[in-house]
Amino acid sequence: MTLEVRDLAYAYPDGTQALFGVDLRIARGERVALLGPNGAGKTTLVMHLNGILTAGHGTVRVAGLEVGKETLREIRRRVGLVFQDPDDQLFMPTVREDVAFGPANMGVRGEELDRRVRDALDRVGMLDAIDRPPHHLSFGQRRRVAVATVLAMDPEILVLDEPSSNLDPASRRELAQILRSLDVTVLMVTHDLPYALELCERSLILSGGVIAADGPTRELLADESLLTTHRLELPYGFAVPSPGT
Amino acid sequence: MGAGHHHQLYRAGDTLVHRLPPQCKLVAVAAFAIVVVATPRERFWAFCGYLLLLATVAAIARVPPGHVLRRMVVELPFVLFAFAIPVIGLGERITVWGVSLSVDGLWASWNILAKATLGVIASILLAATTEPRGMLLGAQRLRMPQLLVQIATFMLRYLDVVLDSMRRMRVARESRGFQARDIRQAPILAKSAGALFIRSYERGERVHLAMLSRGYTGSMPILHDISADVRQWLAAGALPLAAAAVLFLT
Repeated sequence: MTLEVRDLAYAYPDGTQALFGVDLRIARGERVALLGPNGAGKTTLVMHLNGILTAGHGTVRVAGLEVGKETLREIRRRVGLVFQDPDDQLFMPTVREDVAFGPANMGVRGEELDRRVRDALDRVGMLDAIDRPPHHLSFGQRRRVAVATVLAMDPEILVLDEPSSNLDPASRRELAQILRSLDVTVLMVTHDLPYALELCERSLILSGGVIAADGPTRELLADESLLTTHRLELPYGFAVPSPGT
Repeated sequence: MGAGHHHQLYRAGDTLVHRLPPQCKLVAVAAFAIVVVATPRERFWAFCGYLLLLATVAAIARVPPGHVLRRMVVELPFVLFAFAIPVIGLGERITVWGVSLSVDGLWASWNILAKATLGVIASILLAATTEPRGMLLGAQRLRMPQLLVQIATFMLRYLDVVLDSMRRMRVARESRGFQARDIRQAPILAKSAGALFIRSYERGERVHLAMLSRGYTGSMPILHDISADVRQWLAAGALPLAAAAVLFLT
C-alpha cells in the first residue's frame, strides 16, 4: 500500500471537528480522485498526509511508514504536495532554484541535484523555462513547474489540490497529458468531476468528514442521487459516457 | 502581469564590471564610500578625482550618463536639505546675489552634497551592473544574517504578486464608482491597505506550509557557488584603492 489512512479524526483547535474517522487505501501506481463539496474536509485530510497537521486519532502510513514527529522528514519526501495556488508553491527567484529546493533540503547536491532538476522539468515540459523567474510564466506553466518541484523529490505519491482550477481548456488538457504520462501514484483532490473521470479510474467521495463512497469513477458519477446527497454536480450538458464509447 | 518592472535599476550587459562576483562589488562600493566620507571637505580636487573614477567605472560597464542621472532623483530630498543649511546656518556670513549666507553652512552644504552624490552614483552603478538576486547572493556570501537574506529574497519574489493584487483591488474599487478625490476617501484606502496586508499575511502562511512540505527546516539550501578568486577581488578593489590613492595625493 502506498497510502493507508486508518480511522483518522481531527478537530481544529477551536473545537470544530473536520474529520470523523477517515479510512482509505491507495495502492502503488493508482490514480485516485478525492471528490467532495467545499467544507467537506478535503484540505484538512491532505494536510495530514505529510504531517502538517497531526492526527487527533487514527494513523496515516505512507509506503509503510507512519506519519509522526520522528518520520516527518522522510514522510515529506515521500508525499509530494502540489498546492492550489502556484504562487504559494513557487517561492524562489528562479524556476531552477525552486525545483532544487526540495531535493537540496534532503541533502542532494552538485551534479545529482542538477540532474534531478532537469529531469523533473523535462517531465512536465518546462525545461526551457529553467532560468526564468516564476512570475514571468503563465498560470498553466506555473502549475506545471509546481508539479516539477515535487517530482524532483522523487515522491511515492503525488497529492494535487484542485489541479485544474483557473486553467484555460488548453492548459487543462496539457496538464492532464502530463499527469497521465507520469509513472507515479496520484491522489487528486477536486470538484472538477469531468477531470476526475478523465484521469482517475477510482474515486473517493469525502463528505461530512468521512469517506462516503469509494468506487470506479464512472459508476460514482453515473449515480445521480449519490452526487446530489453530497452536493456534487456534473456540469450542464455533461453525461458520463457509457463504457465502450 | 507587471513582470519585472521593479528591476529597472539593472541594465543587462556582459562587461568586466557585470561579471565580477556580487560580493566583491558590494565590498568595493562600501570601501569606496568609507574613503569618500573620510575625505576632509576642503579637499576639493579629491572629490573631482572620485567622480572621475566613477565615470571610468561607468564607461567600462557601458552605463550611459543618462541612466545614472535619471536615477539620481532619489537624492533630491537631501539636496533640498543641503540648500537650506547655508540660509539657516550660524557664524560668519557672506552675501551672494543679495542673500546672506553662512560660510560654515556653505561648507556643510558642500560636504553633504558632494559625499551623498558620490555615494548615490556608486550605488546606482552597483545596481546597474548587479541583478537584485545576485546582490542577495553576495550579501549571503558576506555572512549577512540568513533571516534578512531570506526576507529580502521573498520580497523580491512576491513584490509583483502583491502589486498585482493591489492593482486588482484598485480596479474593483473604481469599477464600483470610487474615486479618491480628497481626504474624505482616506478611510476607504486605509481599509484596502488593511485587506492587502491580511491577504499578504495569509499568503505568507501558505508559502510557509509549502516550504515545510518540501522539507524546509529553517535555513535555505545554498545552491549557488559564487566564490571569487584573488584576481576578481583585485579588480573590484581597484576602485576603493584608487580612491584612497587620490585622497593621499591631493
